[in-house]
Amino acid sequence: MFVLVEMTDTVRIAPWQFERKLNDSIAEELNKKLANKVVYNVGLCICLYDITKLEDSYIFPGDGASHTKVHFRYVVFHPFLDEILIGQIKSCSQDGVHVSIGFFDDIVIPPESLQQPAKFDEAEQVWVWEYETEEGAHDLYMDIGEEIRFRVVDETFVDTSPTGPSSAEASASSATEEVQKKEAPYTLVGSISEPGLGLLSWWTNS
Amino acid sequence: MEVKDANAALLSNFEVFQLLNDLKQQRKESGKNKQSSGQQNLNTIMYETLKYISKTPCRHQSPETVRNFLIAMKGHKLTKAEKLQLLNHRPVTAVEIQLMVEESEERLTEEQIESLLQTVTSILPGDPEEQQRDSAMATEDKSDQA
Repeated sequence: MFVLVEMTDTVRIAPWQFERKLNDSIAEELNKKLANKVVYNVGLCICLYDITKLEDSYIFPGDGASHTKVHFRYVVFHPFLDEILIGQIKSCSQDGVHVSIGFFDDIVIPPESLQQPAKFDEAEQVWVWEYETEEGAHDLYMDIGEEIRFRVVDETFVDTSPTGPSSAEASASSATEEVQKKEAPYTLVGSISEPGLGLLSWWTNS
Repeated sequence: MEVKDANAALLSNFEVFQLLNDLKQQRKESGKNKQSSGQQNLNTIMYETLKYISKTPCRHQSPETVRNFLIAMKGHKLTKAEKLQLLNHRPVTAVEIQLMVEESEERLTEEQIESLLQTVTSILPGDPEEQQRDSAMATEDKSDQA
């Protein structure tokens, strides 16, 4: 689930922080910059693991702060392909089941990856697995808040950095577009179409 | 900012759990004189991640159990990713093993799957309440049979 990522960056320490130990200031700045943020094509950054190398600090003309190039390792949430994860069902909609892991919410299980046959119950807005046995069909509901075991089948990174002033399109339409285009920078697509996957309660022996 | 290596190492849930607990200790000890403006993100992610990891089997683990587990796994010829999943999830049924080990029907016989399950449940500590319940049920069964 978690990987260690080696990165380098130049950290700026303001002059009023000079009395603190350099390592502490740098750790705090790095966490301020990266914790709980998604780095494109890397994953969701959790916290600093360690600082491997500190290069010399420089002060540039016009700015009283010191700039230090730091080599460090960061703990990042980045599940590998086909990894099994356990999460909670956050909501169900026509485009699938939305699962959350607490610190990461953008996980979708599309309808074709549910245990088949599955149908969407409009009245209760939940997906249902129509499980067939010799006695007849059982309807297994995927209720909100239930723990669910799923396999990661795909991930998508979207670059959400600002694109700069757009060319002279109508500013009114761009305002509405901005409201709609709140894309998650990192989404996972899951699947529960295998034996053992799905709600934990479906597969426990007791 | 430059990413030198996006996959330098895999971390188990237990290692992240230890790291976050240590970080939490450090921040508590250093007192509340930090500006909370920039720290809010770190606080949020630490709290949520700790909350999630504390519900997984890794909260009962220790460095020795992890080391013993990896030594015991050497004989079973599993990939790093598979061993990591077994460590993080502590499967108790054959179905879960089949999910985590690729092509398990071809690579492992039923006895091997059984022995793998035994190794996992014996070396990795499970929920102590559940284990008490299981042993209580087992003694009840035995007294019923007798």
